[in-house]
Amino acid sequence: MTIDAWLACALADADTRNLPELKPLLETLARVIATLRAADFNDRADA
Amino acid sequence: MPDARDLLTIESFGRKLRAGEVTAQAITEQCLHRIETDNPQLNAFIRVMADEARAQAAAADRELAAGVDRGPLHGVPISIKDLLDVRGVPTTAASRVRDNHIAGRDAPTVAHLRQAGAVLVGKTNLHEFAFGTTNEESAFGPARNPHDLSRSPGGSSGGSAISVATGMALATVGTDTGGSIRIPAAACGIVGLKPGFGEISTAGVVPLSRTLDHVGPLARSVTDAWLVYRALLGPVTVASAYLSSGDQVPGRTFQKPEALVPVPAGGLRLGVPRAYFCERLDDEIRSRFEESLDRLRAGGVRVDEVEIAHAPDTAPIYLALVLADAAAYHAATLDAMPERYTPAVRIRLEMGRYVLGEDYARALKGRDVLRRDVDAALAGRDAIVLPTLPIAAPPLGAATMNVGGRDEPVRNLMLRQTQLFNLTGHPAISLPCGTTTAGLPCGLQLVGVRKQTESLLRIALACEPYLT
Repeated sequence: MTIDAWLACALADADTRNLPELKPLLETLARVIATLRAADFNDRADA
Repeated sequence: MPDARDLLTIESFGRKLRAGEVTAQAITEQCLHRIETDNPQLNAFIRVMADEARAQAAAADRELAAGVDRGPLHGVPISIKDLLDVRGVPTTAASRVRDNHIAGRDAPTVAHLRQAGAVLVGKTNLHEFAFGTTNEESAFGPARNPHDLSRSPGGSSGGSAISVATGMALATVGTDTGGSIRIPAAACGIVGLKPGFGEISTAGVVPLSRTLDHVGPLARSVTDAWLVYRALLGPVTVASAYLSSGDQVPGRTFQKPEALVPVPAGGLRLGVPRAYFCERLDDEIRSRFEESLDRLRAGGVRVDEVEIAHAPDTAPIYLALVLADAAAYHAATLDAMPERYTPAVRIRLEMGRYVLGEDYARALKGRDVLRRDVDAALAGRDAIVLPTLPIAAPPLGAATMNVGGRDEPVRNLMLRQTQLFNLTGHPAISLPCGTTTAGLPCGLQLVGVRKQTESLLRIALACEPYLT
């Protein structure tokens, strides 16, 4: 799942659960996860 | 408030006790008196166990009079973070979620302290469920820094650190998942030890992350921290002591030397990870750190620069793990009783429910990489040295602090220097290293070789005289 797709799902879920205060934290988490995915230690199946 | 350096250490109390100059009952009464006078403004304790403490102290004095000496902690008043089970009383974790809890038995660490003769004076305030670094979000209200009541004592073991810094106890037991022993130790001007991962039992402790949680002491000196650390390990052979990387040490036994012997300071080799860990420091923190290094060099310590290649990846790796681990533990109560959490802790726990499995797996891989990085940085060196906190104790309520002209979230700053060593499992200790011009304590952190906590303590003991 791409981060954009994950974030869209997560934000929608936060709305469904009536947790609007969660949304800025999810946006922060998306940036954190993007950094994690970009780290040079990650494996690739085609490498 | 008294200066922690003017208060009795466990070591000095022990000498006086055995010389007949003081009793366990007298020191316990002193601590209880200090709690009575200072706790209303500091809010360090959630539960004061005065009656139990008096009974334990009287028993300790009777035993000593009868020739029974349980060792260095005999008759020593100690506080316990209210995240550890003490039989017969609630383990609140500073949360209303656990309103009906009563511990049926002692955590093994608490049992070890009892066996060692310690007097348990009470259970200390913390950041709710240990999920925070400032001790502000607690069902029992914020704890306050004894050096400036408008500031945080650090967290999550904030009440524990206050109790030691102000003479409410001679030592305390805290937990550390991202820095929660070392951060409040630095913010309150005392010593805090995170032993190596898996050395000290976390049974009977409310978890935050079972792969990152550590139990350890906060005390007024390195020797005192060592004495409590030894007691926490327990008196008997540990059949299944798991250290970092899950390495098992079967049939491990513990020697009980009479004293902690420092390594010679001359010839000690310390590495400073300047990239990342010294890039974002408050000016006064940087000055106290560099002055400390200068004094250590003058004492013969060799200091050079080391690299921890993936240090900038630490926070993403840490967050993916701790958020998901915490969410798994709290999922049922987040659904059943969300209103019982403090709002900010609740919402951070909710965030963890969205971490994907693939990202958790990436973080596990990153953790292994970081462990190798830190091992490599320690190769040919005795310890890594860095500031414990990049800022002094922050004002209560501050969401951000300006460091080097840039506003940073307080939470990120508080964890920046410490969380790496929870991920890697290396032993780490924070020592006081002076104060800011406003009188706020600064901390210096030493990180030792994996599975060598005793060696780290001997190194810290050698460095201690050069720091304050």
